[in-house]
Amino acid sequence: MAKATFEVPELSQYLDVPPVTPQTMAHSKPFVAKPEIQAPLGFPGELMDDWQEKALDKMGELLGKYRSLRVYLDSCVKCGSCTDKCHYYLGTKDPKNMPVGRQDLMRKVYRRYFTLAGKLFPKLVGAEDFTKEVLDDWYSYYHQCSQCRRCSVFCPYGIDTAEISMAAREIMDSIGVGQKYCNEIIGKVYTIGNNLGLPGPALRDTLEGLEEDVFDETGVAVRYPIDQVGAEILLVTPSADFFAEPHVDGLIGYGKVFHEAGVSWTLSSHASEAANFGMFIGSYENMRRVAQRIREAAIQLKVKRIVFGECGHAWRVAYSFLNTLAGPWDFLDPRYPVPQHICEFTYDLIQEGKLTFDKGENDDKVLTYHDSCNVARASRMGNTPGGQFEIPRAIIRATCNHFYDMDEDTIRDRTFCCGGGGGLLTDDLMELRVKGAKPRVEALNNVMLEKGVTHMAAICAICKSQFTKVLPYYGMEMDQIVSLHQLVSNAIVLTPLDDEDDEEEAEEAA
Amino acid sequence: MSFLTMVYAYLYYFAALVLLAGVTFKVVQYARTPAPLKIPTTPAPTTRSGVVFRMTREVVLFESLFRGNKWTWIFGWIFHFGLFLVTLRHLRYFMEPVWLPIELVQPFGIYGGMAMVVGLAGLWARRFFVDRVRYISSPSDHLILALLIAIGSTGLLMKFVFHTDVVAVKSFFIGLYSFDPQPLPGDPLLLLHLFLVAALMIIFPYSKLLHAPGLFFSPSRNQVDNPREHRHIAPWAKRLEQE
Repeated sequence: MAKATFEVPELSQYLDVPPVTPQTMAHSKPFVAKPEIQAPLGFPGELMDDWQEKALDKMGELLGKYRSLRVYLDSCVKCGSCTDKCHYYLGTKDPKNMPVGRQDLMRKVYRRYFTLAGKLFPKLVGAEDFTKEVLDDWYSYYHQCSQCRRCSVFCPYGIDTAEISMAAREIMDSIGVGQKYCNEIIGKVYTIGNNLGLPGPALRDTLEGLEEDVFDETGVAVRYPIDQVGAEILLVTPSADFFAEPHVDGLIGYGKVFHEAGVSWTLSSHASEAANFGMFIGSYENMRRVAQRIREAAIQLKVKRIVFGECGHAWRVAYSFLNTLAGPWDFLDPRYPVPQHICEFTYDLIQEGKLTFDKGENDDKVLTYHDSCNVARASRMGNTPGGQFEIPRAIIRATCNHFYDMDEDTIRDRTFCCGGGGGLLTDDLMELRVKGAKPRVEALNNVMLEKGVTHMAAICAICKSQFTKVLPYYGMEMDQIVSLHQLVSNAIVLTPLDDEDDEEEAEEAA
Repeated sequence: MSFLTMVYAYLYYFAALVLLAGVTFKVVQYARTPAPLKIPTTPAPTTRSGVVFRMTREVVLFESLFRGNKWTWIFGWIFHFGLFLVTLRHLRYFMEPVWLPIELVQPFGIYGGMAMVVGLAGLWARRFFVDRVRYISSPSDHLILALLIAIGSTGLLMKFVFHTDVVAVKSFFIGLYSFDPQPLPGDPLLLLHLFLVAALMIIFPYSKLLHAPGLFFSPSRNQVDNPREHRHIAPWAKRLEQE
């Protein structure tokens, strides 16, 4: 079991709602971004002297730009429906981690400065001045929201705390209080092209290595091309797919699927990252700039289609926002949706009978499936609502013999976040990540005990990294989390290309 | 015209003006504020008519609340449906002749009044007994419940115990239309009831009661899930593209 400097929650058989215990996570704060990290994103380097005035100006601006923010700050009736829905509340007991508790940190400031009732009778309506203490609370608790939208499912008005967290982070960035992890990563995307800062030559080396590995293992020459002008498909995938475990096994799987489909495809060193951390910090401008790289790569490489790899928040930005941020896509093949998810691509091939699987290859595992929050509640796959739940499960059933779902209350649109989404996947928030994972790990543990499940598949780079890190805290193995396309990769029966046959025959003849 | 009648006439003109102007202002403000990104909580309908169906379920059945918390749902729904029936029943004070549907709803309005108070009591009890709900309640959350319960109780008391001259009450309100208020009965319970209702009308646009118009403007509920098919862009975002 991993060593912890804090108390790891105990798992129970039933989801129990903890008693309100104020301030248990008030100490949790991610590292603050230094001036040199803030600058490339267009943000002030450190907290300004007149920060309060500037922050309120920014808040007024956002209230005029985002209907969600305005309506959500006005509409809450404090009914309490959301109070037991956030995985961070369930894992930490801190009432400021109840969705409404988190929203109220901004709502009390909104009421004080932007509503008549709050200006006249602040105490009565829970309005408060925007003091340094309130700002500190913002920094702490708006970085304890993974923007997973579970609260919005149960709110009678659909209030989405993610919208409020994003606005809060945008306001804090605008007065010089940025989060190091997110803002440093966005800077890397601008200068190098991806979150992990992997330069083009490193990517090419890695991909060549993958080609060799796959050939050694299967005897079939599966290609992993990059920057290939004129390819039909541009694959945009999270940079963790290039080397992290179990992510890379997913990338190997995508390549095998493309191989069997017989289409040409390419990665891009310019857009070598699917994730868009601009969303996490609520910055439309940065999100747009990050998204534009994909448009530039598609034009430069003269592709006809765009496919996204396994990545949750990336798929939200891709599915829901890419057309807005970087469209219109009228130069691509109109027969295909833009963009497509790799699961949609694989699923279509399965439907057409173009893929052959040997399910026995996955018989060493009993699978369950983790619906990644942003895929589940902020996007879709296929043509019908809910395709984002059915398509990945259909792929698992096509490639594995043993599959069991976790408890219904913890999957599909009621799925629990892994605990590391929304820009929180950083070591300085380890306690939060471990505690926030509790509801998901609990459901996993139950299905392990009841059904003998051994592995959990996911389609999100953050989920995969998060579980790899936090499962050991709960006494589980880090490799119990697998990529969905890793299962595809294991089971797929590859067809050697014609010229390979010739080569082999030539070799035999020689 | 007695002093009392005059005070209540002006009070109701003022309350009606504040309610109408205040809610219109908020609705226009919501409608004019762009929603720059597609953020429906999915799975979401892929057509406009699907969204109308989803919204109808939210407005009539409180579907999301049902999924969220059964106790809050049952009390909240009883209260709102009761209030709806009570409102229909009261329409007879504001029209002459009275429409047939309003005549038919009269007996149900009484049950509505009882249901309303029961629902409100349940909701208020939660604010004391559930620690999470207690934590998020501010004084105004308690006061609004107190106000609504007082309105319901004074109404029920007038129906069952201390009757008032309802014909005169009706003449008073009909008279307001033509700026010719007729004498209002001076029963204390009636005056209290009417005062509290006017107070509710006045605070409506300045309080969480805005959840009523707010729901219709909630992007996570009213947006169609079709971002790949139709490009959605706000005017202020469009300007970024021209730079």
